[in-house]
Amino acid sequence: MAAPIIRIDNITKRYGPLTVLDGLSMDVLPGEKLALIGPSGSGKTTILRILMTLETISGGHIEVDGDQLYHMPKNGSLAPADDRHLHKMREKIGMVFQHFNLFPHKCVLDNVTLAPMLTKGVAKATAEKRAMELLDMVGMADKAKSMPAQLSGGQKQRVAIARALALSPKIMLFDEVTSALDPELVEEVLNVMRKLAVETDMTMLLVTHEMGFAHDFADRILFFDRGKIVEEGRPDEIFRAPKQERTQTFLRKIIAAGHRV
Amino acid sequence: MTDWSGYIGLILEGALVTLELTVLGSLLALVMAFVAGLGRVSRFLAVRALATAYIEFFRGTSIFVQLFWVYFVLPFAGVTLSPLQAGVLALGLNVGAYGAEVVRGAVKAIGREQREACIALNLSRYQSMRHVILPQALPLMLPTFCNNAIELLKGTAVVSLISLTDMTFQAQVVRAQTGSTLVPFATILVLYFLMALAISNGMRWLERRVTRGLDGVRT
Repeated sequence: MAAPIIRIDNITKRYGPLTVLDGLSMDVLPGEKLALIGPSGSGKTTILRILMTLETISGGHIEVDGDQLYHMPKNGSLAPADDRHLHKMREKIGMVFQHFNLFPHKCVLDNVTLAPMLTKGVAKATAEKRAMELLDMVGMADKAKSMPAQLSGGQKQRVAIARALALSPKIMLFDEVTSALDPELVEEVLNVMRKLAVETDMTMLLVTHEMGFAHDFADRILFFDRGKIVEEGRPDEIFRAPKQERTQTFLRKIIAAGHRV
Repeated sequence: MTDWSGYIGLILEGALVTLELTVLGSLLALVMAFVAGLGRVSRFLAVRALATAYIEFFRGTSIFVQLFWVYFVLPFAGVTLSPLQAGVLALGLNVGAYGAEVVRGAVKAIGREQREACIALNLSRYQSMRHVILPQALPLMLPTFCNNAIELLKGTAVVSLISLTDMTFQAQVVRAQTGSTLVPFATILVLYFLMALAISNGMRWLERRVTRGLDGVRT
């Protein structure tokens, strides 16, 4: 079996007196599609934000693709990561946000080409060609010259996915990417992600409340509650026969709220 | 009957000095606003402290006193400036301190989400600021910059204290020589107003230019 691409070892995350993650450990295999589910405040989004280095950790270690994420080797021991180390690590990871976070002052095409040109020194023509391929894949090629404000939520999110893919990360993080969308726009974004799952061997971590999608998409489901992984397993195990009472309660509530499983 | 043409000419000469002070002072203020404003959001404590000290000092003391220091006290430290240099320096540093807070506020107003997108796309701090934050912050600064520039224009009147023959100074000369208050002061009233109008129209034009695309079709 391949070595894990992400190794999370006993990490804690505290905001003042509030402990969000409490001694959490988990591994992710290369190419694995992982869905993180659980009630709000359970720490699942925090995990993604920590992996994207948007948050720091209060304790523990994370290894991504063979290197420490928040630490770097220095004189034989581990020191906190500096900007250069973080820059190197961020290259491996891409993230799509709940609220898209497109750059409103740049057209769709420029949103996608900006980072490759700036961080990898890709020539404009090359970056644009690649961007058009990606926009075509997410069905947004015809909107390349539009400004973000002219797009629907679903279109924005598809552009955001193309933008993250343009850096060819090994790992993609999806943080509730359909939660801010009108119901009728959810499907177009999910379709793009299904396509990604089939066509690429990227490792994908997904935080979602779309249980039906998590079921179809993921190789493995992690159920979070109060900063801990309460239960994990294959989608059919978790959704058909959850072992833990808290998982059962959560899924019952979700189904009662009208989500398909 | 007074022959006004010569006196009006005197006032117009003063208007040129006022204009010069306003333009040069605004340029210095703009530079200081960005240097100190970005310094205030620096991650280095020393830079933040320095920027804060500058802003608080120049906002907290009057332009009148600052001008006296620059012109009359700096020579004791071996720095002698011409009246124009002293005027530009005092006005630029003073208004720049206000401008710095405008820059800081606008930069802060560009939300966390944009910064996080920059991190996720692996942009450096400089690249984020240059390509993402500042282009969006600039339109937010302009209306207040316009205020600051007009304030600076009106502030130029204090330089008559260090013997610079600006518009207000010339008006007082004319008043002293002709005994008429109405004509010289009505003239400079109109001139100040026209200059302020030019500033606000220019700023409005600039604002339209930099916000183009943000709320509609890219041109």
